[in-house]
Amino acid sequence: MLKLEEVKTDVFNDWCPGCGDFGILSALQQAIAELEVPREKIAVFSGIGCSGKTPHFLNVYGIHTLHGRSLPIAAGAKLANKDLTVIAVGGDGDGYGIGAGHFVATGRRNLDLTYVVFNNGVYGLTKGQSAPTLAKGLRTKSMPAPAIVEAVNPIALAICAGFTFVARSYSLSVKHLKATILAAIRHPGTALVDVLQPCPTYNDLHTKEFWAGADTPDKKPRWYDLQQEGFDAVVRDPEDGGEVVRKKTAGVMKSLEGGEREPVGVFFEWKTATYGEQLAARMPLLAEKPLAEADFSGRDLTPLLAELA
Amino acid sequence: MSNQADLVWMIGGPQGSGINLAAETLTRCCMRGGLHVFANIEYHSNIKGEHSYYRLRIAKERRRSHLERVDLLVALDRETLVGDVHKSEVTHRGHLHEMAPGGAILFDSGNGPAPGDPSREDVRMFPVPFRDILLEALRMYGREGEVGKLQIMYNVIGLGASIGLLGYDQDLVTRVIAEGFKGRKAALADLNVAVFRRAAEYAMERFATSYPHRLSVLGGSGGRVMMRGIQAVGMAKILAGCGLQTYYPITPATDESDYLESRQGQFPTAVVQCEDEISAVLMAIGAAHAGVRASTSTSGPGFSLMAEGLGWAGITEAPGPVVILYQRGGPATGLPTRHEQADVRFALHAAHGEFPRIVVAPGDAEECFRTTFEAFNWAERYQCPVTVITDKYTASSYSTIPPFETSGLKIDRGVVFTPPKSGKDGFLRYKFTKNGISPRSRLGDRGGIFWTSGDEHNERGHIVESAENRVKMQTKRMTKLVTAAKEIPEGMMWTLHGPADAEVMVVGWGSTKGPILDAIEELETQGVAASFLQLRLLLPFPGDAVRKVLRKAKTHVMVEGNYGGQVRGLIREMTGVHVRRLVHKFDGRPFSQDEVREGILQQLKSARRPAVMSHA
Repeated sequence: MLKLEEVKTDVFNDWCPGCGDFGILSALQQAIAELEVPREKIAVFSGIGCSGKTPHFLNVYGIHTLHGRSLPIAAGAKLANKDLTVIAVGGDGDGYGIGAGHFVATGRRNLDLTYVVFNNGVYGLTKGQSAPTLAKGLRTKSMPAPAIVEAVNPIALAICAGFTFVARSYSLSVKHLKATILAAIRHPGTALVDVLQPCPTYNDLHTKEFWAGADTPDKKPRWYDLQQEGFDAVVRDPEDGGEVVRKKTAGVMKSLEGGEREPVGVFFEWKTATYGEQLAARMPLLAEKPLAEADFSGRDLTPLLAELA
Repeated sequence: MSNQADLVWMIGGPQGSGINLAAETLTRCCMRGGLHVFANIEYHSNIKGEHSYYRLRIAKERRRSHLERVDLLVALDRETLVGDVHKSEVTHRGHLHEMAPGGAILFDSGNGPAPGDPSREDVRMFPVPFRDILLEALRMYGREGEVGKLQIMYNVIGLGASIGLLGYDQDLVTRVIAEGFKGRKAALADLNVAVFRRAAEYAMERFATSYPHRLSVLGGSGGRVMMRGIQAVGMAKILAGCGLQTYYPITPATDESDYLESRQGQFPTAVVQCEDEISAVLMAIGAAHAGVRASTSTSGPGFSLMAEGLGWAGITEAPGPVVILYQRGGPATGLPTRHEQADVRFALHAAHGEFPRIVVAPGDAEECFRTTFEAFNWAERYQCPVTVITDKYTASSYSTIPPFETSGLKIDRGVVFTPPKSGKDGFLRYKFTKNGISPRSRLGDRGGIFWTSGDEHNERGHIVESAENRVKMQTKRMTKLVTAAKEIPEGMMWTLHGPADAEVMVVGWGSTKGPILDAIEELETQGVAASFLQLRLLLPFPGDAVRKVLRKAKTHVMVEGNYGGQVRGLIREMTGVHVRRLVHKFDGRPFSQDEVREGILQQLKSARRPAVMSHA
């Protein structure tokens, strides 16, 4: 267990006051502190946008990549050093828009890494355009006209793409978020944590008050904890293909439920062979040590040349 | 080869008919008999049916390019003779018109010329009953019922007929065929040998007396190997300790990734097929930051997608990746299975902004090997992306060459940080240094925690937008190129073949090396003394040295495989010297020795306009 101060940096944070990012940063810092992994064995990758600055506020290896490209870079690092705890973060435009191709491929690959998506429905840093998760027909204050395209459903997309741990949380429910992030990191395989969050500057629809349900008759939050309501997302027998299909279907159905309150928590969880494990079956070296620690010097090409003699 | 220096053998047929196996077996057989071979292939972007051909130039001495003429043609179908006359739009005329006077054609009597097809009186036509020969051989094994399925062995009949006609050592060929059918395929060895023997006997008995050319064993292989560019690159990666190879399937680069993956058991390299080339380059960059030598291989369309990633590698000073760019005909999908040298300007500039990178152009398989090996050293030493630019001709052509000399090759991982004894933080990943190179730690190193960003950053790697930091950091990064230009040996930058004061200096880069060397050798016998300045390191460009060399000759002729004379322009930009004479080609086919020779002669006569060469 690290002290919280040890995982923070002295870099000035220029997010807007009241930004949902602060909750996510806080949960990330707490999760990293609790992880029982040396700081140098943790690498956080980010995309572009407000969330892209996150690694600069975490005292671990921090790699601020390109718009939509955190996942392939993170994957390369994980392939190079299997001992790294790899966390990628980014906005919903980053992950589900410009990076959607990588998102799907990352799910299929099932490397052991965690992806935390800051989902606020808008492109904040470019001043409030609609993001892929903003529902059709909605118009935030900086949009000239309502959205006329459907929103993507990241939970269903992730389950169908092959993510083996798919969860959602809410940025200002730091305790739930921290626990979800920790579970995601500890999950052996590719994990998604989609984090609902307010953007106080550009999203005047999904505000802190909106999520708190301040405007509803019973004043209850607009989200509820799936697991508290008894939803079982975990595949109990990883080899049982039928159960995998049933649990995936249930997770997707849950994500499509709609209604007044958003479900948060774990939608799907399946412990199956990771990319790294499967690669190690072909390359026994990988079971012994990270690629980065292997010594490839002094190789002899004689057998390769003999093939061509 | 009894009466000429070179024998050009060609096999043509529909894709999927196994011409590769026949051609590569013959290459190996010639090499084992002490002969030299240069072999190149042309094929369509198609799986089955379209015309493809493989050409072997066989000689007693080393050859580095192909010739336009064909001496002995094996035609597995009519299209090989007269072209795709069955189509509404004829796109090629076959190879009958390329035959040397006195040449011969072995063709399938069941799929030969039709009445009214073009013919040549100066070419011998030898009909071979492919089906009957196959049936006879199959009968020996009681498998004549499989004649339809086993038509795939027509390629072996073509090979056998050629060997019989040329009087080459059948036992040697038999051994080579048998070697090729090992493991699961072992049961097929005897059948293939039987088919080969029957075809050889048939051609020898019926045609050899009316054909003057013979191919004889000169001795042993002299230890030579038959090498393609992709194998040379693959071996260099293995020797350099490349730990991760990423790729997205693309012609003609994929063979190299397949090569590495299929040898993973013996030489572990993680080979990852990615969702696109954006991912391929970025995954390699991510691995490089984590301390693994990483590479990706692609062609023009894929390289276009990698542009963004190269910029990120540049600003974050990633110790890699090494990108192998196998050019093909562009733009867009262009001519996907054909040759061109038109991506060089793009390789020099791909991605927005300014950042240090190295671009190097090997000229043949041997240089592919050496250059790729050094590329990993440079990537780590200068912490920048290195692009090795080659092309389809180099990638897929076979040369019989001595095995690579590896004793002088040393892995250099550049300046690595020393972990602080205290284990405390504060490592400056982007420390300002005189030569621009900052010691690097790897993700995961204790005491080496750093940040990095595609945003401009300070020595710690945190975002800073100040003008002062920008100037210092950009200068630091770009200084690495100055350092590289000083440290990379001149022998890797350019090569002058022949005397500097020759009457004519031919200038080229990349795969034109072979045809240029062969052409200037031929020109010398015709009284034209020419040297060849081969440019290899294109970025950083050795401008001063190249200017000095160029000034030693009065007449220069640029040879390159693109429309615009891209490297001619680069030379003018970097040296102030305008090479007025240009021989260029952009028809999707590589230069032959003949085309380079003719082009040079044309330009020496008149430089009023460039010489545009085109196959057939």
